[in-house]
Amino acid sequence: MTQLALVIDLNVCVGCHACVTSCKQWNTSGEAGPLFDDNPYQADPTGTFFNRVQTYEVGEFPCTETVHFPKSCLHCEEPPCVPVCPTGASYKRKEDGIVLVDYDKCIGCKYCSWACPYGARELDEYQKVMKKCTLCVDRIYDLSIPEDRRKPACVISCPTSARLYGDIHDPNSVVSRAIMASGGYQLMPEWGTKPANHYLPRRRTQMTIRADELVRADNPLKKEDIRHDTSKDVTLDDWLM
Amino acid sequence: MHPALSVVFLTTLIGVGQGLFLALFSSQSYTIVNILPAQPGSYYALGGLIALAFLVAGLIASVFHLGRPERAWRAASKWRTSWLSREVIALPLVMALVFVYAVVNWLELDADLYGWGLPGQVALTVGSLGVAATLALFLCTGMIYAAIRFLQEWATPLTVVNYFLLGSASGFAFAAAYAAALAPGMVEFYAGWAIVLTLAACATRIASLVRNARLKRVSNLQTAIGVRHPQVQQQAMGFMGGSYNTREYFHGRSLVFMKSVKWIFLVLVFPVPVLLLWAGLALDSGALLWLAFVVQYVGLLFERWFFFAQANHPQNLYYQVVG
Repeated sequence: MTQLALVIDLNVCVGCHACVTSCKQWNTSGEAGPLFDDNPYQADPTGTFFNRVQTYEVGEFPCTETVHFPKSCLHCEEPPCVPVCPTGASYKRKEDGIVLVDYDKCIGCKYCSWACPYGARELDEYQKVMKKCTLCVDRIYDLSIPEDRRKPACVISCPTSARLYGDIHDPNSVVSRAIMASGGYQLMPEWGTKPANHYLPRRRTQMTIRADELVRADNPLKKEDIRHDTSKDVTLDDWLM
Repeated sequence: MHPALSVVFLTTLIGVGQGLFLALFSSQSYTIVNILPAQPGSYYALGGLIALAFLVAGLIASVFHLGRPERAWRAASKWRTSWLSREVIALPLVMALVFVYAVVNWLELDADLYGWGLPGQVALTVGSLGVAATLALFLCTGMIYAAIRFLQEWATPLTVVNYFLLGSASGFAFAAAYAAALAPGMVEFYAGWAIVLTLAACATRIASLVRNARLKRVSNLQTAIGVRHPQVQQQAMGFMGGSYNTREYFHGRSLVFMKSVKWIFLVLVFPVPVLLLWAGLALDSGALLWLAFVVQYVGLLFERWFFFAQANHPQNLYYQVVG
């Protein structure tokens, strides 16, 4: 069984929000209609976004580090938002594990958003239906797009390649190998929702330098060691071994 | 959570309607075995229609909660998994049975269905079905909230118990005032049970307040972003103008405001109505009984507002600092 997912490398993310804007651009232009956007250029802009980048500070000054944390729907393998939906508008696709909302069936009761501990769902204030990350389902299967670009918009746009995309049930996929190699983890594992999206932790960049490595044993300059005082009119003979 | 007035009115209004119907049915079953004085069918019919009016008012309130009310009929489809869907089925069922109960009593339809030789068997048969549906509706309404394990304040059987006891208490209080006008012989029965139900609800509601005050949070910022460090602080939530996440899950009121609402409902729902019901009985005053119901209902609006506002959603961990 396939379970498509994103793996987000927190060690690489620089918090540029390119994934946020490219996500909004792609998903507000699709056939499902625009994502609402109120006062985008005035005071108190608000609107529906599927993806956000947040920033956290870990540690106490001066020993702190900044963690940029992109957050979107995690496409849980046990999605708590799906069984609570009274109309069946909220569903998880069997073929690829993407959790989707059928905008034509949703009655806008908000119950699914209450049942998501991650706050991944947002009500569209104009269409009055619940919306969420679709993993760019209208992009990843689009045969008119070149094959290497059939990926979610956020993955394509990430300038640091902090976002990986693939099938986490395939042990040889790029995402499975990244999770295995770098200790990929899930958010709020305590609820048993089994999020499909994983995060790769910050890693300490370290290099061990031993004392003997500071001096080059084979330094050719050593061969030109000055053994004696130079004469007044310095000639090359002064450096003769 | 941000309390939606539509849901506050929905849950309190259908609570009164359900409680009133339970009061009518129980009193009618008592009259058949001559514990209470017999009443004309029109008494139960009018009472049933009033209960129906409360249920309809609640249904109208609920429509304002939906973004797409014209599709509400779809909500009956996922009753296998969703308590909300089950409520959507149970509510019209209760309304239909209460309506039939009122009609049967109005027309005084009767037959010796079970060979007991007692009157009122048809009304009680319809009424029993109505009681089963009413209890199911209480269960559904409570479970809508109790079933969301992430909202730890709600995820307890006390939620269901409170919905049942508070709804029943307010319904019996209404029945007491209603009977004072039409059937003085029944007042003592209704008011007595209203006092008992109010006191029971007081115990369970306070139990839930105590439980919620001692809750241990399952999630914290460390598990939310997966960084194992005792010092983690949000610096930016990613936007400054607010979003659904900041509007839907935060009540935005001060701690003082919350505490005030709690004490207002604790006074208005429990001691004041009990005293008014007792005084109404002692002084034989219908006006005091009406006052008891009105005070309790207003108190229940505060109680329900507090119930929603108090729930702390784990997604709030991600929305602590604007930037």
